[in-house]
Amino acid sequence: MIWETITLAFVAIIRNKLRSFLTVLGVVIGVAAVIAMVTIGQGSSAQVRASVESLGTNVLSMRPGRQRMGPPSGGGQVARFSVKDAEAIAELSTVGFVAPLVSSGQTVVAGNANAATQVYGTTGDYLMVQNWQVASGRGFTEGEVSAGTSSCLLGQTVATELFGQSDPVGAQIRVKTLSCQVVGVLAARGAGSFGQDQDDLVLMPIKTVQRRLAGNGDVDSISIALRKSATSADGIDQVSALMRERRRIGIGQEDNFSVTDMAEISSVLTGINSVLTGLLSSVAAVSLLVGGIGIMNIMLVSVTERTREIGIRLAVGASAGQVMMQFLVEAVVLSLLGGVLGIGVGLALAFAGSIFMAIPFAPSASVVALAFCFSALVGVVFGYFPARRAARLDPIEALRHQ
Amino acid sequence: MEKAPNAPLIRFDKVARVYGMGEAEVRALDGVDLTIQAGEFVAIMGPSGSGKSTAMNIIGCLDRPSTGQYLFQGMPVEGLSPDQRALLRRHALGFVFQGFNLLARSTALENVELPLIYKGLSRADRLPIALAALDKVGLTGREHHDPSQLSGGQQQRVAIARALAGSPQLILADEPTGNLDSQRSHEIMLLLQALNRDEGITIVMVTHESDIAAYASRRLTFTDGHLTEDRRTGAAA
Repeated sequence: MIWETITLAFVAIIRNKLRSFLTVLGVVIGVAAVIAMVTIGQGSSAQVRASVESLGTNVLSMRPGRQRMGPPSGGGQVARFSVKDAEAIAELSTVGFVAPLVSSGQTVVAGNANAATQVYGTTGDYLMVQNWQVASGRGFTEGEVSAGTSSCLLGQTVATELFGQSDPVGAQIRVKTLSCQVVGVLAARGAGSFGQDQDDLVLMPIKTVQRRLAGNGDVDSISIALRKSATSADGIDQVSALMRERRRIGIGQEDNFSVTDMAEISSVLTGINSVLTGLLSSVAAVSLLVGGIGIMNIMLVSVTERTREIGIRLAVGASAGQVMMQFLVEAVVLSLLGGVLGIGVGLALAFAGSIFMAIPFAPSASVVALAFCFSALVGVVFGYFPARRAARLDPIEALRHQ
Repeated sequence: MEKAPNAPLIRFDKVARVYGMGEAEVRALDGVDLTIQAGEFVAIMGPSGSGKSTAMNIIGCLDRPSTGQYLFQGMPVEGLSPDQRALLRRHALGFVFQGFNLLARSTALENVELPLIYKGLSRADRLPIALAALDKVGLTGREHHDPSQLSGGQQQRVAIARALAGSPQLILADEPTGNLDSQRSHEIMLLLQALNRDEGITIVMVTHESDIAAYASRRLTFTDGHLTEDRRTGAAA
């Protein structure tokens, strides 16, 4: 019996191919949107975790101000770090490498080519903290860093934009009035936590950036790589204690700087990610609701059109329950078809999106299963009312219906 | 469902059917007493509005009396739930309508299989029964034709085969020849007569043509909701 009912549903759906397709389009769009959102969201979360892990789990980042994430509050009010702070931190027992960092957005020029990029001033230890290799040429020497010479390292993106395929090592680039020599090119790193290009940068000795580009001796942030043996909790405690002492912050007063480890940054980033994903998915879910209403509408039309057929079925011995089941199954089959189609479209969109955004394609079986079940639920909920209307038809009236 | 062994197949006991209320009240049937035994071929006649169709619907368990009692094989039908009445239609009754009422986009075979589906028979079990029913009405070779590819007479044969497939005790025919010319009408009536005679199926037929009623063995005439004439003609049997 149930097999006949399902067959019947398919026959009815195939009979009105175009109408059936238009009916389920709402569900298709809804399911596809949810699937694409969640899959891309999970992909970018995986990307965040992977890129944070590639930095090393025992890397700390120290920033001015109390807030742990978000944009830095107005530069004037917060106490900046200095190169001296970095040197003091480097003496701590848990600390391996320390890199003070100053950044400045600049346009760099080489010959006729130019590139808008971020210029970072730092020390030679930056590459150690970041676990970053030099692809060609060399890193900074101690002498270059301490003297603040006009030398620089290029990220892959900048190197390609300025020099194309030729090797930039030894060439000159210009930033504002500063002309400096390319001593090396960094290895490619790809996309970062938010899909930003990590290779779009120029490194210079910190003194060079402070003097020639920033015009002051401030340090924006300090990256700290802990020794293998140290836990990040111990590292944070030790660095915080040192900074409180250096800044003479009394007991009971709050820190005016923050030290975070990468695990924390990772969880904040993935947290933001999942909030965004959830938000977009719930917007997408609204179209599932609209899709359900579309199914209800067309099922009501179908019941009216097939009133006579219902009368015939009741006359030959169908019970009200069997008639109801027939229409309910038809609604569920319709919405499941929409669901399956939507899952396919959604995964295709997510796949295209993941290539476009250079994040991993992370389809999740549980999300697909959930979408499938949810579209069945849409069929049951929105098919119930039309099916009940069919089941409650008076057989005499139904047979008389033209 | 329990049934009394010697009870008549159909028994009306002061059956009335009232539509509407107050001023607009219409008494389609007004206290009808009637007994039909198993094996009879009964024609119900009367002008439109006489109550013959209402009587037919009540016999077919599609409608229920407002007052009075309808006993099918001694069993009071008004006490049955809608699902039990559906079961009764499924197992004991077959319908033949004036407009044939076939499913338009299904083949003759699929139409005949319909009552068997609701009986819960598998496809393999349905096929021989449906083919046999089509054979009995002389439609072998037309199993896979749609109703639109069949003549009116053939469509009515499909409808009769569909009624037969459920192996009913009673076939209810509502103006079965109303849409057919006299030659086809004659053939259909001979077929119904044969089913009554050879298969022992009770047939109750509504018609307003007396030459069609003449094929039956008993003629009931309704006027204004009352049974006004009950004549045994002995035409059949």
